[in-house]
Amino acid sequence: MSIVSTSSAADDQLRPPVPPGSVTLRINGQEHTLRLAPWTSLLDALREYVGLTGTKKGCDHGQCGACTVLVDGKRINSCLTLAVLQEGADITTIEGLGTPEHLHPLQQAFIDHDAFQCGYCTPGQICSAQGLINEGKAHTEDEIRELMSGNICRCGAYVGILNAVKEVAEKELKMASCTCYGSHGHSSNS
Amino acid sequence: MSTDSNTKYVGKAPNRVDGPLKVTGTAKYAAEFDVPDLAYGYVVSSPVAKGRIRKIHADKVLGLPGVLHVFSHENVPGLAWFDRSYKDDVAPGGSPFRPLHDDEIKFNMQPVALVVADTFELARYAASILEVEYEVEKHETDIESKRDEGYEPGRGKTGYMPPQRREDADKGLEQSAHRIRHEYIHGAQHHNPMEMFGATVHYHPDGKLTIYDKTQGVYNCQQYITKIFGLSKDEARVVNLFMGGGFGSGLRPQYELFLSVLAALELKRSVRVTLTRQQMFSFGHRPHTLQTLELGTGPDGALLGLKHYALHETSRFEDYTENVVNWSGMLYKCPNVRLSYGISPLDVYTPLDMRAPGAATGSFALEVAMDEMAYEAGLDPLEFRRRNYAEEDQNKKAPFSSKKLREAYDEGARRFGWDKRPMAPRATREGNLLVGWGVAGGVWDASMQKAAAKATITADGRLTVASAAGENGTGTYTIMAQIAAETLGLPLEAVTVRLGDTTLPEAPLQGGSWTAASVGTAVKNTCEALGEKLLKLAQKMDDSPLKDAKPEDVEFVNGLIRLRKEPQQSVVLRDVLQVSGEREIEVDSSAMPNPVNMQKYSMHSHNVVFAEVKVDEELGTVHVTRVVNVVAAGRILNQKTARSQVLGSVVWGISMALMEETVMDHRYGRYMNHNYAEYHVPTNADVRGIEVYFVEEEDPHVNPLGVKGIGEVGLLGVAAAITNAVYHATGKRVRSLPIYLDKLL
Repeated sequence: MSIVSTSSAADDQLRPPVPPGSVTLRINGQEHTLRLAPWTSLLDALREYVGLTGTKKGCDHGQCGACTVLVDGKRINSCLTLAVLQEGADITTIEGLGTPEHLHPLQQAFIDHDAFQCGYCTPGQICSAQGLINEGKAHTEDEIRELMSGNICRCGAYVGILNAVKEVAEKELKMASCTCYGSHGHSSNS
Repeated sequence: MSTDSNTKYVGKAPNRVDGPLKVTGTAKYAAEFDVPDLAYGYVVSSPVAKGRIRKIHADKVLGLPGVLHVFSHENVPGLAWFDRSYKDDVAPGGSPFRPLHDDEIKFNMQPVALVVADTFELARYAASILEVEYEVEKHETDIESKRDEGYEPGRGKTGYMPPQRREDADKGLEQSAHRIRHEYIHGAQHHNPMEMFGATVHYHPDGKLTIYDKTQGVYNCQQYITKIFGLSKDEARVVNLFMGGGFGSGLRPQYELFLSVLAALELKRSVRVTLTRQQMFSFGHRPHTLQTLELGTGPDGALLGLKHYALHETSRFEDYTENVVNWSGMLYKCPNVRLSYGISPLDVYTPLDMRAPGAATGSFALEVAMDEMAYEAGLDPLEFRRRNYAEEDQNKKAPFSSKKLREAYDEGARRFGWDKRPMAPRATREGNLLVGWGVAGGVWDASMQKAAAKATITADGRLTVASAAGENGTGTYTIMAQIAAETLGLPLEAVTVRLGDTTLPEAPLQGGSWTAASVGTAVKNTCEALGEKLLKLAQKMDDSPLKDAKPEDVEFVNGLIRLRKEPQQSVVLRDVLQVSGEREIEVDSSAMPNPVNMQKYSMHSHNVVFAEVKVDEELGTVHVTRVVNVVAAGRILNQKTARSQVLGSVVWGISMALMEETVMDHRYGRYMNHNYAEYHVPTNADVRGIEVYFVEEEDPHVNPLGVKGIGEVGLLGVAAAITNAVYHATGKRVRSLPIYLDKLL
């Protein structure tokens, strides 16, 4: 028999951690001032402090993509950044893309193509798809498959996800080529 | 087009009625309910597999401002005494694990403490510095070392069928012209739904609890909690409106439920406990299973003898059982069969039903063995299966209530182009890629359980149907709305479905592919009963054209009640409600399986899967480039959601064949790849070319809806078809999953 101990904490760890401070985040066009510990992830800030639970926690380690949000139009894993680092940024969550009454084209396409089952990875998939379209890279099926592969779907709805993203990306790319070259070529996130 | 079909929804492909909630982040999962004054619990897990907790040094972390409590066996209050209080509806035989019960460590990552604090961040931090001393004892976690120690369980869980035999398998094998005997293995697999287990317990001022838990059965959780904590049902309402994937992981109450309720009751405060992805590997898995298959045929390829033995792990405290081998006595015609089964206890948590439990395991071994046998007998693998087609259930000696597997073979072969397949392995090449085609299939139970439902119609013609069934992605809200709308002739938009709440009529656990049959029939019966009440009200109206009509003489279509024989004789349903003066009309009813039919018939769904793989000869990498999955599962209620379930099953099969395995480091008795980066599941780039077809069966015997369930059957045969395709591509027979590239080099 042997004896092991875990986490024999050093004395300095036992001091009260850094106290919560004030953080102001601009989420879906609205300012939120929160009091939170500086090591609070953006994901936890959204879910536990702002009440925007559409952004999902699937692993908390940047491995599954369920927490994908758009920061200044770029898709990121919100579990891998701290809330305090995103002060001044434009954060768009699934709630900012559309509502049940006014669905975003990607949201409608996900419904039409049955691109989800349990729905838990879905907000992340949709935010990731919007990010992909913003990047202007969703030109072929293989490109969409590859560049949507940071978002795991355990229900295995990948066929529907591909078709939904393809449908919207094709429309967006067509619109982009009709308007002027060099513009962002995507609809706004509102 | 006739307007008559407007409210005929069953069998069509409407979009999910809960789709708008799910795609906008509006659907609420267990850890997302906003309750006031919430405290957060964080679970501390054991780093050792066996031993005792010597001391938990809680004092230090309790000194952190905002840390409320450290729950452990050292301070848990007196709870229920007997094992039976901890048994849930699907507990296997044995003695269930009790969280924080005593100092004994039974498995690695066992929860040993719950740290509760004012914020999640603080609870997590405090848990990370909590010092726990353990006495470590020697553990055993390797089933390979227990090959000769398997015993036949006598006290399996509900639904376990002891293996059977018929005639003399040894004699049949001796008389065979061709024989094979091989061992087939797969490692442990974990369900890994996207949503991690979590519970939000709302502690009301009167001390009552509303428990939002991740579960496939709210009633199962309620009876578990009320027995352990001595609460009345009124004091513990359990709710699950949406579940972020289950696949069996939520059949039994998991420890986040116990811990969050404990903390809420003790602290008299609302508490949320969510597990980490790592902790998702700590409460049940598809067991590591070793199987031996022996087959023999006559010169014509007719099976003469079959032996199938399976051995898998269980925990030290419960006898987990699943039906691994029984399917091998059912899928093909064979006069001489011996099926046997053993389990062996290890220092792990009890395994847990995972999508098509037993059958996914058994069909992999049987269907690879069938492929090997076909080659040994010199027959095309599909032709070999056709020659051994089972016309009846030989285990039960009863006819099938319906079985269109032969039609599925025809449909699948035609869609896939199977007739162009060269028999010899390594016959097709595209550059440095070897191309192979494989076939396999399976059989699954068409089950039904008792279920109840309630239907309420209001004066404005809106219908609400309610049952405590679950929605874990299968489409329960949608198919129940379809059934209700069609039964009462209402537009789908006029129907609201409520699920997942112990204040609603009782439904069985969401599992076994029985929800559509069980809850669907309950909803249908309830709506029919409501229809009879509405007919009576319609008959009271002045000059009602339905005055002398009996319930069977009328139909509900397009918002009307009308005579079947004279459809122009009708009344408008909303007029009936208006004239009646009733504000709402409510009806309860239920549904039960038909015991006579269950006795008389064998009720099963079947499928066949054709797969194409391309294998890089130099790198050993396998890509699944095409899959055709044809399913015969009775009537299909919703073409869209049913197809999605089978598409998902194919992804699961690809995963099982090529990626998925939880790897134990036996030195520590600990799963080492317990995260999404190292526990591999397919991503979008791994999936292409999947086709799903249904061969619909008219089955008047199975249940009033004629459905067999679709959540599990589609997974069967997928891993075997891919394994067989890899053989066809490379000439290498892999008998151990997953097929990593080193097995092909």
